Amino acid sequence: MSPFALERWQAFFADFGQFANGFLYTLEISIGALLLAMILGVVFGSLSATRNKILRGISRVYVEVYQNTPLLIQFVVVYYGFPLLNKDLVISAFWTAIICVGLYHGAYIAEVIRSGIEGVPKGQTEAAESQGFTYGGTMRLIILPQAIRMIYPPLTNQVVNLIKNTSTVAIISGADLMFTAKSWSSMNVNYIPAFVGVGVLYFALCFPLATLARRMEEKNKNAYSVG
Amino acid sequence: MSLAQEAAQVFTATNIRFLFQGLSLTLFIAFISIFLSTILGTLLAVMRNGKNPFFKLIASVYIEVVRNVPNLLWIFVVFLIFQVKSVPAGIISFTVFTTAALAEIIRGGLNGVPEGQTEAGKSQGFSDAQILTYIVLPQAVRKMLPAIISQFVTVIKDTSFLYSVIALQELFGNSQILMGQYFQVGQVFMIYGFVALIYFVINFAISQLSRKLQKSWANSLE
Repeated sequence: MSPFALERWQAFFADFGQFANGFLYTLEISIGALLLAMILGVVFGSLSATRNKILRGISRVYVEVYQNTPLLIQFVVVYYGFPLLNKDLVISAFWTAIICVGLYHGAYIAEVIRSGIEGVPKGQTEAAESQGFTYGGTMRLIILPQAIRMIYPPLTNQVVNLIKNTSTVAIISGADLMFTAKSWSSMNVNYIPAFVGVGVLYFALCFPLATLARRMEEKNKNAYSVG
Repeated sequence: MSLAQEAAQVFTATNIRFLFQGLSLTLFIAFISIFLSTILGTLLAVMRNGKNPFFKLIASVYIEVVRNVPNLLWIFVVFLIFQVKSVPAGIISFTVFTTAALAEIIRGGLNGVPEGQTEAGKSQGFSDAQILTYIVLPQAVRKMLPAIISQFVTVIKDTSFLYSVIALQELFGNSQILMGQYFQVGQVFMIYGFVALIYFVINFAISQLSRKLQKSWANSLE
């Protein structure tokens, strides 16, 4: 049978329920991980914009450790390593994904927020201070409203990367979209519809977000260019 | 068994050599993929920015399709098409994905150079190719370097998928093989920690280098 035969696609659509479940699983861990990453990103991003050296140092260490080590190592340590330490530390693949992807992208989001805040010219802070604004007031009224426009595009790109990186869970056999493609295709010896179908589903999640990020970036560029 | 004895069993010369063999494969795959992706990514970026609608369409479709799907999927796809568990399959899968990622970074950098630079070049009689090589690219490279470097770091980290999918004995793969021989909790975590440390040292050094370059360029512009 040709790899492009119609029957192959019929078999894929007959089992589409499994792929729909995988899609939901991917969606759920993406949302869970995004929530965790946003909280961590905002907290550590804000810490790195303070004037306290110790707080900045803590934030720096978090960001560097997570940005410079593979996500897969974090997955295997939590999923296979933690139960060795304590029998009660058994964490499901689902929660392993939320925790690990959340921590990993929290570091990236913290960097996005830090560079957004640092991207606002120093003169803005100095002007605010000379007008008697407090640190909190300067941040809230002057710096953040300007920084947020610079933060949105890379933040949206981080959401795209986060969704793609949830596929790491397939390696520890979490039943996400990628794992469904892998297991269904090898069980049914039917590869093309499985991988094309799953590719389309990932694309449907990521492409609108990536396009939104590009549009926002272009809009920012026009808004700030002189002449 | 004391921790020191456990460590002595893990950190033998043979084991360390074994891990560093893995590291050299990791770096080999990463650097070749990055090298090829930079060339192909530049080509796609220029095509997508260009005036020829056919090339523009091809470049746009390739970039958007590839980068909006997980890297892991491309590793599976390349393996399924070529049916070989080999180093070239690993290089191809990373080049396919990284080309799309770098193309967008490079395009962003090229578009970040003000139009006036191109116009000035034209008024001085430069050809399009000369404007790109001598005027636009040198300025664009400075703008896009941080994003390119962070993509390099991503490639080094993500090659760790290759062991699970196509059984390549890169750094992560060799650490997993080694772990199969040790059963003490402490020893397992020593291996995890040591491997994470190797990745960290290399990637941190690369990130710091990019930060240094950025600083020195920022100063030279003032």
